[in-house]
Amino acid sequence: MTSETARAQVRPPFWRDVRILKVVIQAIFLVIIVTVGWLLWNNLIGNMRASGLPTGFDFLDRPAGFTIIDSDFRPAQTNLDAILVGVKNTILVSAVGIVLATVIGVLIGIARLSRNYLVRKSAAFYVESLRNVPVLLIIFFASLAIIGRALPQLENAWQVEGLFLISNRVIAVPWLASSGEATFPAVLPAVFLAIPAAALTYVWLRRRELRESVRRALLVAAPLAAFLLAGGAVLAFVGEPSQVSAAVTFWTSLLTVVTLAVRVAAWRTRLSDTTGRPHHRVLWALGTFVVLGAVVYVLLGAPLDLTGPRLEQRRISGGISMIQAYAALLVALTLYTASHIAEIVRGSIQAVPRGQTEAATALALSPTQRMRFVILPQAFRIMVPPLANQYLNLTKNTSLGVAIGFQELTTVTGTVIGNGNPASQSIAILMLIYLTFSLLISLVTNIINRRLQMAGRR
Amino acid sequence: MTQPVSADVETGAPAPEEPPPQIKLTPKEWVATNLFGTWYDSLLTVVFGIGIGIAVFFGLRFIFITARWEIIRVGLTSLMVGLFPRPELWRVWVALFVVVLSVGFAVGGARRMVLAELDQEGDVATLGLRPRVDWLQLLRRLWPVLAFLVVILAFSESVQTALWLILLLGGTYATYYLGSRLPRSAARHWLVAGLIGMVAAFGIVIWFGGVGWDDWGGLMLTLFLAVAAILLSFPLGVLAALGRRSSLPGIKVVSVAYIELIRGVPLITLLITGQLMLGLFFPRDVVPGLVVRSIIMLTLFTGAYVAEIVRGGLQGVPQGQYEAAQALGLSPPQMMRRIVLPQALRNVIPALVGQFISLFKDTSLVAVIGLADLLRVARFQLPAQGAFAGQGLFAETMLFAGFVYWVFAYTMSRESQRLERRLGVGER
Repeated sequence: MTSETARAQVRPPFWRDVRILKVVIQAIFLVIIVTVGWLLWNNLIGNMRASGLPTGFDFLDRPAGFTIIDSDFRPAQTNLDAILVGVKNTILVSAVGIVLATVIGVLIGIARLSRNYLVRKSAAFYVESLRNVPVLLIIFFASLAIIGRALPQLENAWQVEGLFLISNRVIAVPWLASSGEATFPAVLPAVFLAIPAAALTYVWLRRRELRESVRRALLVAAPLAAFLLAGGAVLAFVGEPSQVSAAVTFWTSLLTVVTLAVRVAAWRTRLSDTTGRPHHRVLWALGTFVVLGAVVYVLLGAPLDLTGPRLEQRRISGGISMIQAYAALLVALTLYTASHIAEIVRGSIQAVPRGQTEAATALALSPTQRMRFVILPQAFRIMVPPLANQYLNLTKNTSLGVAIGFQELTTVTGTVIGNGNPASQSIAILMLIYLTFSLLISLVTNIINRRLQMAGRR
Repeated sequence: MTQPVSADVETGAPAPEEPPPQIKLTPKEWVATNLFGTWYDSLLTVVFGIGIGIAVFFGLRFIFITARWEIIRVGLTSLMVGLFPRPELWRVWVALFVVVLSVGFAVGGARRMVLAELDQEGDVATLGLRPRVDWLQLLRRLWPVLAFLVVILAFSESVQTALWLILLLGGTYATYYLGSRLPRSAARHWLVAGLIGMVAAFGIVIWFGGVGWDDWGGLMLTLFLAVAAILLSFPLGVLAALGRRSSLPGIKVVSVAYIELIRGVPLITLLITGQLMLGLFFPRDVVPGLVVRSIIMLTLFTGAYVAEIVRGGLQGVPQGQYEAAQALGLSPPQMMRRIVLPQALRNVIPALVGQFISLFKDTSLVAVIGLADLLRVARFQLPAQGAFAGQGLFAETMLFAGFVYWVFAYTMSRESQRLERRLGVGER
């Protein structure tokens, strides 16, 4: 008892007691933050009331009253629909941009390490000139100086009939188009949804720890059941064959075929890991893809044609057309991001310790083998986080489409605000959508990162 | 990359350093190894040679024949200062002199301190051991700046401007020399000298019946936005980084929310927020102008990124440093200020410079919300002005503006790489 009181007495006065101070500091900090926040919020609400701006989100359901270029959006559709068109266009630029920027960036990054003087120096020139210029300037340059001025009018466009068409208004390339005539038996989409269901069940079962005999029985029975269930559900849901959309069928089948090809590659890898025989997984996967793809294509009754762009009286038929703003934004963002990716690739390759190169040489690997089996796998692990950061930047930079009037998320939201809808709520929605994009990309990166780290033995 | 010094494994003492043997190639051997090593090397050389030839031909033809550079000649002042009132232009010149001379002085002082640290023998010894100026190396480092000055002179076509710029260069070298010869006790204050110079230049333009920043434009506004935002965002970023590492949940949550929220959205949406909404957060009679609103938003944006950089630096400080500071009986604020932060910040200087370069490029986004910065003048004002209206001379103005941005960003990134090498950051 006395020691208790003694301890209480040696306790420092409360203004020097760390435990109390911690609470006090946080309380003061939070009070300040909350007060400032409340003041700002109060001003916001007060000012909005005073200028007669609504404070709710009702405007989302009202008709937008404007059209969106290069889309079938009608003015009678709601503001929310308009924003969704913007989201679609944002995804369209970022997804294509990410793929192109990665390809170009990796090529140039490797070119910077080339033994060939000309190749090395031109890659360095590309990187150093684009990396140190604002991306917005590149977007303006692509839109006004390259596409707007250097390219020809639509009437005398550069074109190879049916292959490509380049003009200052539209750039068109071949694309897949539904041939329209083929009818789809409803059983086909059912089959194509059922196969992944069965495959997933199979994979899931392999992970379970069950008694061997039960497992063997289930491994056959359960995927079959999943197959029948999923197929039956789709059949029941879809009903008439004519109602099945060609696009849904096509993409589902493509996804199925790709999934199966990937599984085959994984199986070859596993086989090679356990037996030591060469895996040839790329060949196997490609073979699976080609054979299955051909079978499916025939089964579906040749649903798609590859059509090339053709100019007919100032209108383009066939292929896929990119309007000037889209092409400019895509080109600018791709080239700019590629210059950053090239630096990341080069840095990651150089960050692999020299001893690895020397060890590979000592094992008598050829330069190509050295790169393919020793350097690149290790460099790739270093590359992933900064690469994901660049993807994130590219996605965020699509918002600069607002400067050249490309109808992506920010531009559409700006139009919505310009039509007299409340700015605060619109901007809140805008930021929320971008935050979601960022979170999604971070999530995917984290998953990839974890998998790579597990593969590493460091 | 610098080669690590080889060390004696037994004693740990560095082995005597020998320069690697120099292999001199004759031009013929050089071509054989660098251009025609293997058959595909030769193929690449031919393909790239033809490609480069075509690109150079069209590039040079545009620059020297087709381009109509008179638009830059006419609009050079606008590109530099925007719509700044021309009768007050002398203020910009004076401010330019003050800034550049004081920065030259500060750089000289900083160099003096670095040399003094390298050589602890004292002032006299350092002065004696000072490495000679290597002019060729200096030219290799600063050629973009010289190219920039030459281009400006070529377009201004005025003897007066040429004289001023030469005077500026000479003066800068003089103050740099002065700064690098100061006694250590004075050279220690190099940062203060630089900051005073900047504030003085700012005052010369704005005070004494000067021109407020709402009338600034061109490169001048771009630089002002970048410098103001980096100076303001640095303390904000350090505080947010400390907050994120804090053990107090109340502070941590607020810091994390700020950092992640800002980093998740594009800068342009923040600037649009500033343009359309920031006024709503203030009482109606104190709504700041667009420049101030842009600076606020640029600061908030950069602050979040600076916070992440500083956090990286803080994580790099070994745990033992914290423990040693506590063992010395330092209070947490003392520990941070005297032990941890100096080490953390030193390690992230290159990353901070990188962030500053990025901010410098990103200020161009204010062109979208209507500030007359360098990019907006080049994109909107010049091509629509007078005789040039409707002629679409965007390539010329864009190339010029791009060149200006490039000179600044490239020089800064090269210098930052040099700094990185000298600080030995990232060496293993």
